[in-house]
Amino acid sequence: MNRRENLKLLFTGSLASGFLFTGCGPEAPETTEIPHNPTIGEFGSYGRTPEEIIYNEKLKSATFFTEDERKKLDVLVDIIIPADETSGSATEAGVPDFIEFMMKDIPGYQTPMRGGLLWLDHKSDEMFGSKFLEISEEQRIQIIDEIAYPDKAKAENEGGVRFFNMLRNLTATGFFTSEEGFKDLGYVGNRPNAWDGVPDEVLAKHGLQNDPKYKDVYLDITTRGTIAQWDDEGNLIG
Amino acid sequence: MSIHIQSAEDSYDVIIVGSGAGGGMASKILSEAGLKVAVVEAGADFDPAKEEHRTQLRPPWESPRRGAGTVRPFGDFDAAIGGWDIEGEPYTRGQDSEFDWFRSRMLGGRTNHWGRISLRFGPLDFKRKNLDGLGDNWPIGYEDVAPYYDKVDKLIGVFGSKEGINNEPDGFFLPPPKPRLHELHIKKGADKINLPVIPSRLSILTRPVNNERGTCFFCSQCNRACQIYADFSSGTCLVKPAMKKGKVDLFTMSMVRKVTTNEQGEATGVTYISKLDMQEYKLNARVVVLGASACESARIMLNSKSKTHPDGLGNSSGHVGRYLHDSTGADRMGILPDMMDRQRYNEDGVGGMHIYTPWWLNEKNLDFARGYHIEYWGGMGMPSYGFGGGMDTMRQYVKDEFGNPSPNGGYGQGLKKDIRRFFGSTVGMSGRGESIPQYSNYCEIDNQVVDKFGIPVLKFHYKWTDQELKQARHMHETFEEVLGSMGAIILGNKPGAEQQYGLHKPGRIIHEVGTTRMGDDASTSVLNKFSQAHDCKNLFVVDGGSFVSQADKNPTWTILALSWRTSEYIIDQLNKKNI
Repeated sequence: MNRRENLKLLFTGSLASGFLFTGCGPEAPETTEIPHNPTIGEFGSYGRTPEEIIYNEKLKSATFFTEDERKKLDVLVDIIIPADETSGSATEAGVPDFIEFMMKDIPGYQTPMRGGLLWLDHKSDEMFGSKFLEISEEQRIQIIDEIAYPDKAKAENEGGVRFFNMLRNLTATGFFTSEEGFKDLGYVGNRPNAWDGVPDEVLAKHGLQNDPKYKDVYLDITTRGTIAQWDDEGNLIG
Repeated sequence: MSIHIQSAEDSYDVIIVGSGAGGGMASKILSEAGLKVAVVEAGADFDPAKEEHRTQLRPPWESPRRGAGTVRPFGDFDAAIGGWDIEGEPYTRGQDSEFDWFRSRMLGGRTNHWGRISLRFGPLDFKRKNLDGLGDNWPIGYEDVAPYYDKVDKLIGVFGSKEGINNEPDGFFLPPPKPRLHELHIKKGADKINLPVIPSRLSILTRPVNNERGTCFFCSQCNRACQIYADFSSGTCLVKPAMKKGKVDLFTMSMVRKVTTNEQGEATGVTYISKLDMQEYKLNARVVVLGASACESARIMLNSKSKTHPDGLGNSSGHVGRYLHDSTGADRMGILPDMMDRQRYNEDGVGGMHIYTPWWLNEKNLDFARGYHIEYWGGMGMPSYGFGGGMDTMRQYVKDEFGNPSPNGGYGQGLKKDIRRFFGSTVGMSGRGESIPQYSNYCEIDNQVVDKFGIPVLKFHYKWTDQELKQARHMHETFEEVLGSMGAIILGNKPGAEQQYGLHKPGRIIHEVGTTRMGDDASTSVLNKFSQAHDCKNLFVVDGGSFVSQADKNPTWTILALSWRTSEYIIDQLNKKNI
């Protein structure tokens, strides 16, 4: 299917509105009311263009990890981010699915990931005579301890260190950008708000204060609904 | 809906190429004067109020790549549709040249995702040659543009504070938001070294300026384009309102190939290739206004060759494409131990910084010309792709209650806890400065390469000079002073000569201007002081192409003011039957 056929296909759906020509003539009356309050709307295509939707679907439809690799990945991400009293584990937050997608989104990850997972088996075989999935939890941790601390690792394990750094980065990002991760961090933004400066108790704790010079300059949030007016010198008068 | 094919009734008073800041402002002013206007845009329609275009208020897990920048360069939720590399629309570079060209193909262009930093050029900025002997002065001064800055402030809205600094002119400001925690720390540190820090000046509505647009609800996501139009973008604030009120037709997915001319060499219209059927169409008009971006407008002019204009339209001086210049840029970050284990609250604020440092060393004796301002960032922003990374080198900065540092790297509950404690403790700064425009930095047509529309592409020739390198070195010295004075752990090493002092490549700051500069001398400039082509009286350029030099200020506010001024001049000249 070429690009234009793709477009045609997509334009038959709900995406068609407002995407082609927008005239101001009688055939395309502008009737949309401008909302003054934000809405959250649907969880969906998150503002993708038709081309981006096709590209995302293409990446999602391919599978990078073999079943065996995926089992190993599940074990590893939960070693990196386990459940604790604050939140769940990496697998509970869907991190392996995210990593699966990133392998296709950034193909440069593929060889280090595939090779790194196999390196673990080689290391495991050398140390314990079995593959990584076949050894005990304690034995797995012994291997991880060899590669998890870059400042202390032996030179011969540097490849493993680099692999584990990559995996730690992907796991941490995957976890903390999930719903579970937001809960863990206590992130409370990404919603309509009325910013009125740092809370007083936080100012006190850090020994800081808002510059008194700007006391009457800063936004008074109770005026957010009032249309601004100025005198000729640029002073706000209403 | 149908494709507009050239016909008798489809003749316009004015064709505007491009719907960004310059084109958008022209569409508003010209249509309000009763003129029949066509806006020709290479990308698709875009309206962040529409659910299918909205990326605002979406959590990272709506994106399978959690907001990574693999498809959209500034992240999956960024509003810019386009980027440094666009499939089917290549550009080339000369030997040893570096230049990256960012294009947004959409209604409103790059105003959909920009930083909304809305700074006026000051009196010194129009006459820099008088100070340092480098480059050229503008043919106009601050007093010529000031009335238009005033009008832009009131029409679009910009928050800020009146400071009375000579080269940072005050305007008609909305009230600025109070600083965030890291910004108070920066201010405190900067005070110790006598570095000025003042409220930022951003075109975000902290209070409404009319009934059509909403007021900021502090989600910090202006780069995603605001669904209630509380930030300025050209599509939502200029083009769409102009279409509602006046006679404006918008042609989207239409890639302009050239400006057509008559026997006398006057512009008669444009031809464009429709991206929908890849056919070429022609539109006629009495006046053609280019606002396609400095480089794209230069490209259109250079590709518009005719008997009267053998080197390209408006190019008898040979200066189209010359004096291309971008802002300088360098960045640095650190960790502020005082902000570890922070109390959580919604700190999003407006999209971008609440404070900044204007250039503070005008007319001081330095080893480089011109100056830079500093933008600041940090705090408890929404996690996105990359969050939690780098613990293999940064975990050592997390300390336990006895002051013992955590080991770099690691895993398990301890790692998880340290990332949690780390959240919101980083702080960073970006210098954005003025470069010296050079004749030898330019874009030209590459006759060997065409894009997928069959249009010859641009070839860029660009090298930084010692002036910019020394400025970047000075930026890093300042960054270390600020970070040090606020008690931050400075990350990374100060970049040396071999790393060009951390100076970003030309084009990366996306402030490229100067390709069709204005001047009084038709042999060394392309446009006159009203942005009218010296050798084609009904051709105008309203994007950053007209800039003689661009100050350390972000160019958008000046593009808007100059486009308004040029539009009034067009109306005047049409009334006087001069064009």
